[in-house]
Amino acid sequence: MKFGIVSFPGSNCDDDAVFAAADVLGQPAVKLWHKDHDLQGSDVIILPGGFSYGDYLRAGAIARFSPIMQEVAAHAQRGGPVIGICNGFQIACEAGLLPGALMRNAGLKFLSMPVTIRVENTGTRWTALCRDGQRLTMPIAHGEGRYTVDHATLERLEGEGLVVFRYVDAAGEASPEANVNGSLDNIAGVRNAAGNVVGLMPHPERAMDALLGSTDGLVLFESVLAAVHA
Amino acid sequence: MKHFRVSVHIVPRKGLLDPQGKAVADALHSLGFGAVREVHVGRHLVIETEAANAEAAEAAVREMCTRLLANPVTEDYEIAGVASA
Repeated sequence: MKFGIVSFPGSNCDDDAVFAAADVLGQPAVKLWHKDHDLQGSDVIILPGGFSYGDYLRAGAIARFSPIMQEVAAHAQRGGPVIGICNGFQIACEAGLLPGALMRNAGLKFLSMPVTIRVENTGTRWTALCRDGQRLTMPIAHGEGRYTVDHATLERLEGEGLVVFRYVDAAGEASPEANVNGSLDNIAGVRNAAGNVVGLMPHPERAMDALLGSTDGLVLFESVLAAVHA
Repeated sequence: MKHFRVSVHIVPRKGLLDPQGKAVADALHSLGFGAVREVHVGRHLVIETEAANAEAAEAAVREMCTRLLANPVTEDYEIAGVASA
């Protein structure tokens, strides 16, 4: 199964995503330059973290106009798996692949730390192998991760089970203390209706090796691997 | 076609938490500006554009705001001015 990792000018987690796919999972992985029009036969697309286009205007706002994003949108439309991680989540929201938007952290600080998230939905290509309510620890590194959405859409997200991850505390509760960036309803990640597109602020691709502190990101990649092979 | 300079204010949508605005308001309070109730920090854009007339220039910038300049989920915009340049 081939992973395509999009490199925008300013992406800085594309190599981590390649490491996750190629070194840890042993799958072919190719970096896709943002100006390309060709996904090079990739089965799975990763929109990685970073500061695409310097976060000019708004985080993710300019990246969605990159030529490759037309192909990524078409891939998503066909049901192909896409994950947006951190800046990639912001890009996916700006591109309309996922609902909502990411705003400045409530505490205004750039947060670089491990967090615990709870799996709220296992009906996606990226969480199929997770247990309901499974807790995962992985790093965050963002200044604009406060998930926001209008009231009507929030009701739909919650009603239809489109919230995939929530920030939780040590007891597994979605408490205010666990909500590090002030996201609505502690939302750390969401999915589209079809379940092939998932976005989240935490970094599963940086939680793939015990040497780096956590292997909890592995299950997302194993899920998509199983989904595509199925 | 004439040359116009259109100014736009983009601000966080009312009712959404605006931590940056709150931090600035707190700083102003510390300086003794106790009368300050709220501060909203946004962006000011100046767009120089060709248009048939001022109305057309404004209409074009409104569409730009809807499609790119303002995030429809989190931000509001207002045209602050349209001037011949």
